[in-house]
Amino acid sequence: MIDSETQELDQEIETLREDCLRPTRHWSAVTIIWVIFLMLVAAWGFGVYIYQLRNGLGVTAMRNYVSWGLYISTFVFFIGISHSGTLVSAILRITKQEWRRPITRSAELLTFVSLCFGGIMPIIDLGRPDRILNLVMFGRIQSPLIWDIICILTYFTGSTVFLFLPMIPDLALCRDRLTDTKSLFGKFKKWLYTTMAMGWHGSAQQWHTLEKCMKVMTIIIIPIAVSVHTVVSYIFAMTLRAGWDSTVFGPYFVAGALYSGSAGVILGMAAFRKFYHLEKYITPRHFNLMGQIVLALTLIYAYLNLNEYWIPAYKMASTEGALLGDLFWGPYSRVFWTLQFGTVLLPIVVMATPIGRRILPLSITCIVIVIGAWIKRYIIVVPTLLHPFMPIQEVPADWATYFPNWVEWSVTMACLAGIFLVITLFAKMFPMMAVWEVAEGMELNHDKKIAYAQRKKREEALLETEKVVIG
Amino acid sequence: MKSNNNTSRKNFLRLSLLTGGGLIAGAGVIKTVLSDKNTVEAPVCGLSAANTTVITTGGKVFKVDEKHLTEIKVAPVSNAEARKGIPNKKFVMVIDLAKCDGCKKCTEACQAMHFTEPQREWIKVFKMKEAKETAPYYFPKPCFHCDNPPCTKVCPVNATFKREDGIVLIDNERCIGCRMCMVACPYSTRFFNWSHPELSYASQHTVYSPEQSFPRRMGTVEKCDFCPDMLRQGKMPACVASCPMDVIYMGDQNEDAVTNGSGVTVKLSQLLEDNAAYRHLEELGTDPRVYYLPPKNRKYPTPNMNERGKGEIERTVKSAKADVMKM
Repeated sequence: MIDSETQELDQEIETLREDCLRPTRHWSAVTIIWVIFLMLVAAWGFGVYIYQLRNGLGVTAMRNYVSWGLYISTFVFFIGISHSGTLVSAILRITKQEWRRPITRSAELLTFVSLCFGGIMPIIDLGRPDRILNLVMFGRIQSPLIWDIICILTYFTGSTVFLFLPMIPDLALCRDRLTDTKSLFGKFKKWLYTTMAMGWHGSAQQWHTLEKCMKVMTIIIIPIAVSVHTVVSYIFAMTLRAGWDSTVFGPYFVAGALYSGSAGVILGMAAFRKFYHLEKYITPRHFNLMGQIVLALTLIYAYLNLNEYWIPAYKMASTEGALLGDLFWGPYSRVFWTLQFGTVLLPIVVMATPIGRRILPLSITCIVIVIGAWIKRYIIVVPTLLHPFMPIQEVPADWATYFPNWVEWSVTMACLAGIFLVITLFAKMFPMMAVWEVAEGMELNHDKKIAYAQRKKREEALLETEKVVIG
Repeated sequence: MKSNNNTSRKNFLRLSLLTGGGLIAGAGVIKTVLSDKNTVEAPVCGLSAANTTVITTGGKVFKVDEKHLTEIKVAPVSNAEARKGIPNKKFVMVIDLAKCDGCKKCTEACQAMHFTEPQREWIKVFKMKEAKETAPYYFPKPCFHCDNPPCTKVCPVNATFKREDGIVLIDNERCIGCRMCMVACPYSTRFFNWSHPELSYASQHTVYSPEQSFPRRMGTVEKCDFCPDMLRQGKMPACVASCPMDVIYMGDQNEDAVTNGSGVTVKLSQLLEDNAAYRHLEELGTDPRVYYLPPKNRKYPTPNMNERGKGEIERTVKSAKADVMKM
């Protein structure tokens, strides 16, 4: 009986491996069209960026009052999304949540990619990107921007390692099972897998080292992630500006990042499940559990959100009061209240019920959360800049208003397309689930089953003997 | 004082040196901006058609062949000196709001001296009215050159810095254009060169120094600099010198003396004491180096808060709504 079960397990693992490797073997027409589309969007945005470089940031809608706009809002948003990988992967690993296994890879990838493009946004926003080396030559540790650079680079390095380490056994699998070795692309893949697998052959020693490294990284990456969004909030909170001069900004940003990032993970799960036919592995149970996590994070976010607005709203101090007036009943009120109801209250109500945590309603809620988080960053950045302490008097009309123009949209959408492009290409090259981790989960499950069967057998035998003795 | 100020401006002129030609060999000549290169024939030496009108330091006017001219560009001070400041000085400004009639001569003179485009007011005259029942008044606002400057704190590359003489400057050869200083400044004092700046002839032919803030460069920040190049020569900044009402005083805190545009010097501490001087938005803790004398017993008509100046717009709920409607 045990033998047959072991055989069953081996077969299951074999199916898993093939299921995970299948997407890397051929490109469907839809994928090719999707990739071409993304490349076109990215190329257009790149061209527009060159135009911006040549003519200066004056081609954007930014002017002297609103000197930070869509680029910086998007920077905060992308960095926020990048908190997903850490949360799902590291926290669930530390707490030994078995169900994490099929979703860690996509979460870590999302972190890596959104961090890449999040890091590019402030460079796009620079007036003189040609002088970027000045940051190295004349860098001042007193500047919050330098804190950002240090923390983001550290997090980028950490999350790259964190993504790469658990990929090594899978890369070896890709290397060993590569079917197409004749074409040029096949040769490239062979070279890539061989190099990246770094001679992995699954010896006990290698497993031991990998596990040790993973343990260390899991612990290190959590405080780094927290530091990143804290210092991102500091570029605002360290100023005297109304609406930014807030002591709650650090935790507020971290909570906002975790909540939008986890919603992003759910969207990734839903997409890969559908397009790569992973229904067997990513189940409604995963969505239910992730939904509970996002619910908890939304509650934390809602609490900090209350503190952020209710405390100054009670006092209505002069400049801050005018800003809050703009948000509560002024020009931004429609957006503000839509965000408050749509991305805070509504998700809590929906996700509090088991029906709301089913795949479809949860995914829709998460789309709302992610887009809402983006708009929210904009609402944090722009209205404050339109409320300086000095009155806005006798200035050209375009200085006193702001809405991103085609240049900013083009470049920003190109970055978004870049995120999708890297994720798509990654998914065509590497397994989107940590094969060995899922297999390990199956083995553990199997061991448990066997142990249970054996114990039952022993108990039965014992019962028999007792019966005999009594008899 | 004002006109003298403009013509003596060394940066308006290009210092050139006559290197050859028997006429005034070795003598220093100054080539004026107004020189007409192509219309004048060449009477000197008869070498070529490219002639330039020059004047010597003695005031004599010549036409010389351009071949004999070598351009010498001289920076007023080195970058290291510009970052250090003028030794043993502590510059301070006092603005007497009781005297200001809002004529904006200070803004005009400042813009002329720094070749600034019209909307970019390094010193801007606001129409202020704190509350419904309080009196309106004019409020000229330069950079406050704070002693606890929020702008220099956040600069990632030390492109904007605080000098020993109290002045806050920007080095536009180092600025990376992140604009963090602009969002950090609570007084909306800083301006960004969003596009290729229009360089006047004179500013093009000036060697850059943070002390004069031009030639300006695209992608960098600029602001009121207290005219340290003028202070170095013992002259008044453009705004002080041009004010017909003697509203603005400039001086050295170490000497406890400030001087207005008419050249009247008063004791700084006495002036602040007698007039119950204050600093704008003191509660922000930035320690401005600009003091205001309250607009008490105003000698000139106060601003009409309902009247809008030329090209003035007010950020109304309507205009901002139009923005949001696009979302």
